[in-house]
Amino acid sequence: MNYELRMINLIINLIPLFPLLGFLILGLGFNRIPAKVASVVGPGTVLLSFAGSLIVFFHLLSGHGTGGSGRIVTTLFNWISFSGFTISFSFLMDPLSLLMLLVITGVGFLIHLYSVGYMKGDQGYNRFFAYMNLFVFFMLLLVMGAGYVMMFIGWEGVGLCSYLLIGFWFKNQEFNNAAKKAFIMNRIGDLGFLLGIFLLFTTFGSLNYLDIFGQVKELNPGTGVLTVITLLLFAGAVGKSAQIPLFTWLPDAMAGPTPVSALIHAATMVTAGVYMVARSNILFVLAPATMTVVAVTGLATVLFAASIAIFQNDIKKILAYSTISQLGYMFVALGMGAFTGAMFHLATHAFFKALLFLAAGSVIHALGGEQDIRKMGGLGPSINKTRWVFLIGTIAISGIPPFSGFFSKDEILSHLFNRSSILYIFALAGAIMTSFYMFRLYYLTFHGKFRGTAEQKHHLHESPSVMLLPLFILAGLSIAGGVINLPAFMNGSAWLQSFLAPVFSDALPFLKPPEFEPGPGLEWLLVAISVVCVVCVIPVAYLWYVLSQEEERKEPLWQSFLRKIPANKYYIDELYDTLFVRPVMSLSKGFHEIGEKKIIDRFVDGIGVLVVRTGNTIRYLQTGHVGFYVFMMVAGIIAVLIFNLVI
Amino acid sequence: MNSINASLQFVPISYYLFFCTVLFCIGVTGVLIKRNALLILMSVELMINSINLLLAAFSTYLNDPAGQIFVFFIMVVAAAEVAIGLAIIVVIYRTTHSIDIDILNKLKW
Amino acid sequence: MITGILIILPLLFSLVVFSLKDEKWIRRMAVTGSVLEFLVSLYGLFLYSTQCHCQLLLNIGWIESLHISFRFGLDGISLLLVLLTTFLTPLIILSSLDHPYRKPSAFYGLILLMEMAFIGVFSASDGLLFYIFWEMALIPAYFICAVWGGNDRIRITFKFFIYTFTGSLFMLVALIYLYLHTPAPHSFEITYLYAAHLTAPEQIWIFAAFFLAFAIKIPIFPFHSWQPDTYTEAPAGGTMLLAGIMLKMGTYGLIRFVLPICPVALKEWGWIALTLSVIGIIYASVIAIRQSDLKRFIAYVSIAHVGLISAGIFALTPKALEGAVIQMVSHGINITGILIIISLIEKRMKTREIPQIEGMANRAPWLAALFMILLLGSIGLPLTNGFIGEFLLLLGIFERNVWMAAIAGMTIILSAVYMLRMYQRTMLGKLREESPEISDISLAEAVPLIPLVIMVIWIGIFPNFFLQLAEPAIREIMNLIHG
Repeated sequence: MNYELRMINLIINLIPLFPLLGFLILGLGFNRIPAKVASVVGPGTVLLSFAGSLIVFFHLLSGHGTGGSGRIVTTLFNWISFSGFTISFSFLMDPLSLLMLLVITGVGFLIHLYSVGYMKGDQGYNRFFAYMNLFVFFMLLLVMGAGYVMMFIGWEGVGLCSYLLIGFWFKNQEFNNAAKKAFIMNRIGDLGFLLGIFLLFTTFGSLNYLDIFGQVKELNPGTGVLTVITLLLFAGAVGKSAQIPLFTWLPDAMAGPTPVSALIHAATMVTAGVYMVARSNILFVLAPATMTVVAVTGLATVLFAASIAIFQNDIKKILAYSTISQLGYMFVALGMGAFTGAMFHLATHAFFKALLFLAAGSVIHALGGEQDIRKMGGLGPSINKTRWVFLIGTIAISGIPPFSGFFSKDEILSHLFNRSSILYIFALAGAIMTSFYMFRLYYLTFHGKFRGTAEQKHHLHESPSVMLLPLFILAGLSIAGGVINLPAFMNGSAWLQSFLAPVFSDALPFLKPPEFEPGPGLEWLLVAISVVCVVCVIPVAYLWYVLSQEEERKEPLWQSFLRKIPANKYYIDELYDTLFVRPVMSLSKGFHEIGEKKIIDRFVDGIGVLVVRTGNTIRYLQTGHVGFYVFMMVAGIIAVLIFNLVI
Repeated sequence: MNSINASLQFVPISYYLFFCTVLFCIGVTGVLIKRNALLILMSVELMINSINLLLAAFSTYLNDPAGQIFVFFIMVVAAAEVAIGLAIIVVIYRTTHSIDIDILNKLKW
Repeated sequence: MITGILIILPLLFSLVVFSLKDEKWIRRMAVTGSVLEFLVSLYGLFLYSTQCHCQLLLNIGWIESLHISFRFGLDGISLLLVLLTTFLTPLIILSSLDHPYRKPSAFYGLILLMEMAFIGVFSASDGLLFYIFWEMALIPAYFICAVWGGNDRIRITFKFFIYTFTGSLFMLVALIYLYLHTPAPHSFEITYLYAAHLTAPEQIWIFAAFFLAFAIKIPIFPFHSWQPDTYTEAPAGGTMLLAGIMLKMGTYGLIRFVLPICPVALKEWGWIALTLSVIGIIYASVIAIRQSDLKRFIAYVSIAHVGLISAGIFALTPKALEGAVIQMVSHGINITGILIIISLIEKRMKTREIPQIEGMANRAPWLAALFMILLLGSIGLPLTNGFIGEFLLLLGIFERNVWMAAIAGMTIILSAVYMLRMYQRTMLGKLREESPEISDISLAEAVPLIPLVIMVIWIGIFPNFFLQLAEPAIREIMNLIHG
């Protein structure tokens, strides 16, 4: 028993250690170790972590050695500790972190495997895998940490890796700009997160989840400090998960290699914000105001990002906006208290979005780097396998049964319907838009006529099997992923719900009860409505983008104007540029030119100049006339005498 | 000693004070208005001697010989000073053929 | 005893180096001396942590009638800073070795002399002795900058000297005033100074005088205008000494003198100092964004970083003080490392102007990688040394004043902005066609950098050793403030 516990502790500690080891080997070995070794070490370490996660998962499932609490806490060492202030480097294993672990290491491994083929022959092959392993390490720290500081370590660490990987091809300064933008926008959110951590510490005197969550139950719901804490934490989540207003970095982040977009900017890192809110569920539930903010932000992001996605022409950017939009769904779910639904959608989204990105990567690979869908078309026959997996991903994300996306999205939608019909309608609209832009993407890419160059056409080829294998596995998961949480009205077991129940059980009593409990009949009706809506737009997309793609439709001026705004992303980048970037730049110039040179330095130099000037003036008293000196002396004596007499 | 003191104290101290003040002022005036370096030096001597006289007078009135000892010191120092001052004046005269202090204004700002 | 050796050793080696003629031997002796000094200080650390957690004292009479004596002592904070000094000096000397400085005997001799003065400042437990070493450090600094500096060195160094010297005169006045108010047999000994009986207005004046001296040295906004020019004009090694160690004299002085001696004044007027420090963080960060000269850039970065340290000191919370101490060490390590990298860049590109440098990572990947690690340390990424200090400092300031912490926290955004901007423009991108043929970092060049990079990560992952070393001393100072 004791032995078993120690084994499990060891395995838990090894899970993040493997990728770190991989990073060290690849990082220090650098260009000296052959690419073959890197192809083994890179994915291999992540596979080992996956295996470790599975062991811990089954161990936890069996319920041994957790003392009935359903969680294991292991402490590696005391990180910061002095007079009554301790932050230990410790890991918390519970259903929530395990779900994340499995997604990260599982999907992460597949993407690593894919990268072996995708990145083949790249100059920085070893460097790529080093960064990817480092990313997995930090991501694991993020989800495994037993306290907010541990989460913050991972949080910042994945931000760094995201920076390094977006700017992976660092010869291109555009890419570097995108990388820098991502890091800085993340850091804006991180400041909120950090302040939230400080406030948590001053309020609860600890930063461990279990300590805080234990104490927080004694507070009254809606306490001001809780609202502030959760808002600050949410600011961090907004930055990391690319929600309004900090979302503009994610589309730019597509500058990185496609596996990076799949792993970091779709499946794992961007979901860290969702994980954080889910992890702090009890804090958020006790701050209803924040919950509303979360839900509204999420919903706004859903619609906003979806409307932009419809008008984009870059295959990866469309997927990026779709990611933002899907993350919005998760936040809506969180804001409405559907924590399980959010985590469910997180998992299925990881499957199908990773699939879509990797398939898109396969398309880009086939076309030799082309990303503009206006120059694609008719690729279906030549890269048939990619086409089919892409189609699976598209169906899954559109929420068409029985694919995984349907179940997770439906769970969120029905939850919304029970609580707020307005939110439900907007969320449904978002789902329709999702279906539309995804099928637009699909049709423009794989159907119709080829619009690229002849050279590209000649070059067209299916990807190697090392890239296709992960695609097939992910396609399988996208199809069948829904089974982990089949809803009760479909005679499912809602396994995920019961698995995650211990994590969320404390929060549920504080949730506002739903306005009404729908019967199975209504549930089926809702499903029917959403499926019909979503399916209806598919022919529209087919009609517009396959049948009538040849002739440019003449559109009235106001319509083209209407199209221009979302096509230019509502000019948000330009807005931020005018509101923040330029003012800071001119402030910098102003401070330097005026503050430094004209005020501070002039003042300091002024004192010196004053001394010199005074000396210059007074020295004329030194006339050289002895008589004058004597006169001054006598005058002085007399002055002193008078002074003495008067005082 | 006592008899000398007594006879000297016959003259009231205010006379000495008045006399020395006048003497001192004559010295100051001389220093201020004279151009001739030699005369200035003499005026300075006059001032010194007025002080000496006052020291001696107070010394007798207070029955304290320290004052008179000071006078001797001052006389020695004054002699040295005069010697140096005269030497300087002689040197000045040799270079400028004048002992007018107004032409000695090179040492300024 | 060990403290005495620590002070004498660099002096001896400095004299030896001054007297040598052969360049090879000058370098050898300079390196030997500084490394030996580092080993001695490590032994001091060993003694401190094994034998007694008290001070390592040394007391030799000097001016008996005024109760002034050579009184040195090392507690946790001093020991950390002495270790920082002895750790950085050999690396600074090593990194300077391949520069063709004229009159190397004077250059290395002055560096060793400066090391001695630093150690004197950090270990003096007598007010007057502190002052003497404080000024003694200025003289070699002046000569190093004035002899081996850039084109405008004479004017700039003169300003630097006068400015900082003026500040320290205020300190001297304050010290003498304090001396006259110490208990019966007046003494400059630090415990006597702590026991000086002062009324509230007197404390405020003393505080103002000390603050001026230290604020100029650190420098705290708006007393910083000497610093960017001096950093830019000084030779590479000189800038490292100034930025890496010398400015810690100011922050150390704040902790050692201002906090325990004027607690009442701090409670009343400390907020001004806190506000100035916080303004300095934002002000210097914003300016740093657009700087084009790498050394001037680092100068402003340094103002921003030490602004956070001094803000933490004035926050008067134990966590902020711990953070300040650890951040002093981290800042010394990071900035010295970055300055070494800058000198390597300058050596390759023959310029320090950021717009003229691009894409160095193409040819010098290891240089870029080391630069990246040091840079991450300096922007406070978790698991690097900068994070520990920044986290504790901000947490401590937060406990004091939420809004100040929020404003000071902007540093984590701004530091990312200026550092990544600079990194992108120098290291990343395509290598220009007209740029000279550059090579990656050689082993000899990497030798001074590798210990620094190791320390960046070491302190980031295992900060506890350093934190606990300083803890008793900090607790004592907190007791003096509140007791």
